[in-house]
Amino acid sequence: MTIQLIDDGHTPETVGGGPVASTAAGRARLVWRRFRRNKLAVAGLAGLVLLFLFAFFGPSLTHWKAGDNDFLNTQTGPGSDHFFGTDDAGHDMFAQTVSGMRKSLNIGLLVAALSTGAAGILGTAAAYFGGWWDKAIVWLTDLFLVVPSLLMLIILSPYFQGANWIVLIPMIALFNWMITSRVVRGMTLTVREREFVRAARYMGVPAWTIIRRHILPNISSILIVDYTLNVGAAIVTESFLSFLGFGIRTPDVSLGTVINDGSTFAGTDQWYLFAFPASFLVLIILCVNFIGDGLRDALDPNSTGVSAR
Amino acid sequence: MTANLVARSGSGSAARPAGSPVLSVKDLHVTFGSEAGDVRAVRGVSYDLHPGQVLGIVGESGSGKSVSAMAVLGLLPDNARVTGSVELEGRELLGLSDREMSKVRGKDIAMVFQDPLSALTPVFTVGDQIVEALTVHRRLSKDAARERALELLDVVGIPDPRRRFKNFPHEFSGGMRQRVMIAMAIANDPKVILCDEPTTALDVTIQAQILEALKSAQELTGAAILMITHDLGVVAGFADRVSVMYAGRPVETGAVDEIYYRPRMPYTIGLLGSIPRLGTAGHGRRPLTPIEGTPPSMVDLPDACPFVARCPIAVSACQAAEPELLPAGPDSHPSACHRRADLESGTIPIDEVYPLPVIPETSLDAVPRAERQPVLEVKDLSKHFPLLRGAVFKRRVGTVKAVDGISFEIREGETLGLVGESGCGKTTTLMEILDLVAPQAGSIAVFGREAANLSGRERMEMRKDIQIVFQDPMASLDPRMPVGDAIAEPLRTHGWSADRAAARVSELLKLVGLEPYHAARFPREFSGGQRQRICVARALALSPKVVILDEPVSALDVSIQAGVINLLDELRAKLGLSYLFVAHDLSVVRHIADRVAVMYLGRIVEIGDVASVFHAPSHPYTQALLSAIPLPDPRRERERSRILLPGDLPSPANVPSGCRFRDRCFKYASLNEAERVKCRDEDPTIVARPGEADHATACHFAAALEVV
Repeated sequence: MTIQLIDDGHTPETVGGGPVASTAAGRARLVWRRFRRNKLAVAGLAGLVLLFLFAFFGPSLTHWKAGDNDFLNTQTGPGSDHFFGTDDAGHDMFAQTVSGMRKSLNIGLLVAALSTGAAGILGTAAAYFGGWWDKAIVWLTDLFLVVPSLLMLIILSPYFQGANWIVLIPMIALFNWMITSRVVRGMTLTVREREFVRAARYMGVPAWTIIRRHILPNISSILIVDYTLNVGAAIVTESFLSFLGFGIRTPDVSLGTVINDGSTFAGTDQWYLFAFPASFLVLIILCVNFIGDGLRDALDPNSTGVSAR
Repeated sequence: MTANLVARSGSGSAARPAGSPVLSVKDLHVTFGSEAGDVRAVRGVSYDLHPGQVLGIVGESGSGKSVSAMAVLGLLPDNARVTGSVELEGRELLGLSDREMSKVRGKDIAMVFQDPLSALTPVFTVGDQIVEALTVHRRLSKDAARERALELLDVVGIPDPRRRFKNFPHEFSGGMRQRVMIAMAIANDPKVILCDEPTTALDVTIQAQILEALKSAQELTGAAILMITHDLGVVAGFADRVSVMYAGRPVETGAVDEIYYRPRMPYTIGLLGSIPRLGTAGHGRRPLTPIEGTPPSMVDLPDACPFVARCPIAVSACQAAEPELLPAGPDSHPSACHRRADLESGTIPIDEVYPLPVIPETSLDAVPRAERQPVLEVKDLSKHFPLLRGAVFKRRVGTVKAVDGISFEIREGETLGLVGESGCGKTTTLMEILDLVAPQAGSIAVFGREAANLSGRERMEMRKDIQIVFQDPMASLDPRMPVGDAIAEPLRTHGWSADRAAARVSELLKLVGLEPYHAARFPREFSGGQRQRICVARALALSPKVVILDEPVSALDVSIQAGVINLLDELRAKLGLSYLFVAHDLSVVRHIADRVAVMYLGRIVEIGDVASVFHAPSHPYTQALLSAIPLPDPRRERERSRILLPGDLPSPANVPSGCRFRDRCFKYASLNEAERVKCRDEDPTIVARPGEADHATACHFAAALEVV
């Protein structure tokens, strides 16, 4: 590997003609510029935005609602009236998929954000502050680890019966942050001892600023990977809970429940009951993964793919 | 006891090549495939090594010196393409299978690595590893192998080998581990010993011990030694011949005196001019001549002199073709330079190849020290760590006296060098000062204000005045933060607006010799020297009065080091800074400091102005430390006699009674019983030397001794 040193006099990273690069938004702007160079990541971002638009404005494309039954046309294939066909109860699959996706997108992205965020904050705080902070947080982490999370969810769910489905988001996140938190703590312990953290301390930089500015970027790879994995996992967890009857109930649907109902038809001539919702799930996860990869490379100065050369 | 170690008659007079060479390398090329293209790490290395001879290969990092040695041993990874010829006593080694090479490695050619901790297996005892080195190459009974291993440990100077035989590597100090490595290397009476920076990771007094051990090992076995190093001082006293490598090629080879006194290649001249020297009296502030720029990338080297971009005497011929390695004149040694004839004839005087940088003087230099304001005062500072045992209930089993009562003061515009070996408490002292809180014992004051009495806000204010530059510029810059943000960090922390900070960052980058547009790059895009400049810029952002420099140049190559030292010197003069310069390298301290304090085991044993401490060191430890430094001057190096200290630095958890240096003190050994009692029972305090203005020593029997 060769490292191109910078005495060649040309300035690929400067904005416009001005030699003074902005240092105020320095890192944020640099990361964004590096992110944009990754075609796949930009495609992922665009895809996710489109999926969101589709989930919220898709219902206006058809006059069917997710709960409607078209008893005249049960088990029809994709067509001009029912874009994705109907199931044996006459549900319009297009309406079901779109409305399920609206919930699943929210659940996936928010649960992942909450659990990865909690893991990041608790893990870094435990390792950075040490002492009693560390003891208390590790104790809490271990407590949640030994409690069987699914059982807890099932036990807790009667209390949220009839509550908004939004409650599911913190509930799933609550039992999903522990392992990452421990990994983050371990990584922070090594980053904390590096000299640039000491240097920042001797400048008088406050602790939380050090965590935000120095520690989190340096462990960002794990957090990003964790986030992208969590998006898929949360959607699956939600559908599993729904399957057991604790998550989203009919007539409400989520992508998970729609896929679940359609999964038995995967190999039959009613393939469309499974294929359409499942491919949207794959699309969501793919987009999130592309964005994650792009973000990771943009934050990591050692990645060669996106440096301007 | 050592008689049967002498396999061949090891003649000490090694300089004369007699008979056929034991190792002959011809036109060795090593190329690594990489994504960016082929990296031509070694481009035509040739040398002959005769029995008993020591060849020094000198070069900076990336010059291909280690790779060429690895190629000889056949230890390169599979993606390396090696061509040329390596003959061991007439037998071609290149192209041998790994199995056949295994019979040569460790038997005919042995290797001593730089890092003795990673070169020894942590899970086997030291004795077992030496026994393995022995039995892998020949049939020996268990007892015979053990006896011989003990003998070898004794030869390399490990005290009490019978007990140490059963120890694990982690129970040995760095110097001891390197001795074990040497013992393993000479176990099978090799014909050639390859040493790859064998003393770089060690302290200077330990380095002297190891070089001595290597020398005696060579005398016993009569082996030839290939010494790879970046340190021109180590080679000066040790090698018979020297080969200087640059960009994968030897650019100058010859007898050691030839290279040091009649260099014929600007790179060699630059290297020699960029080393700070101990001995040059009256040249305390003579600036060093740094070699500008950085070595070329080893991918797609054009057919030109690889040094041309950094060479002050380059002509158009240098761009046109790469010079051959040829003698400059009838009685000169080979060098690869188009202008060698001009250097030989004296048309270009050697001293004037590099322009001498001008270091400005400050107005403060004219003010006598006593009239200047003290900026940092440390009095009786102590830091003890409890030594705890027990898993659940910790109980105190001892105390580590990392810093045990030290006092010094730094005045305006002054540089105090704090010198000592690793483990003497230098770093702990720095951390205590930078924490700016009340120390366990003693006091720290900045501009006369006690750190202990500060409120949170005042402490924050004080942080503006005292800043630090760390040793490793890669570790002290956040790899994921653009350097502009890194330099702006102290400014933003202390409430500067974004625009003001951006302007200041540009100003600072120019101040340390970089360009404002560099602000948007990540640290990895810079070379080591440039990174250290960035760290200096960050430390200077808030215009501090005191800068603490924690070994700021020890991680850098010699030619780069000189540039950073000059920069520090210049900034001190321009901005009226005071430095606390912590280093283990006394020659650097000699060059940059006004006063020097020598630390040993948590105490300052000698303090004073540079001239008195270096010319008339009066504490035995200072004397040993100074005498252990290898000088880049072969003639003086040969005439010097070294004071070798026995053993290692004692643990600060177990400080000897009375004078803490007495266990290793050569003066104590020469005292009579009545005098020894004083050393044993009385802890010497630091007292001013009679008749000297600024010089104090903590020794009962202090006496000046010139050692450099």
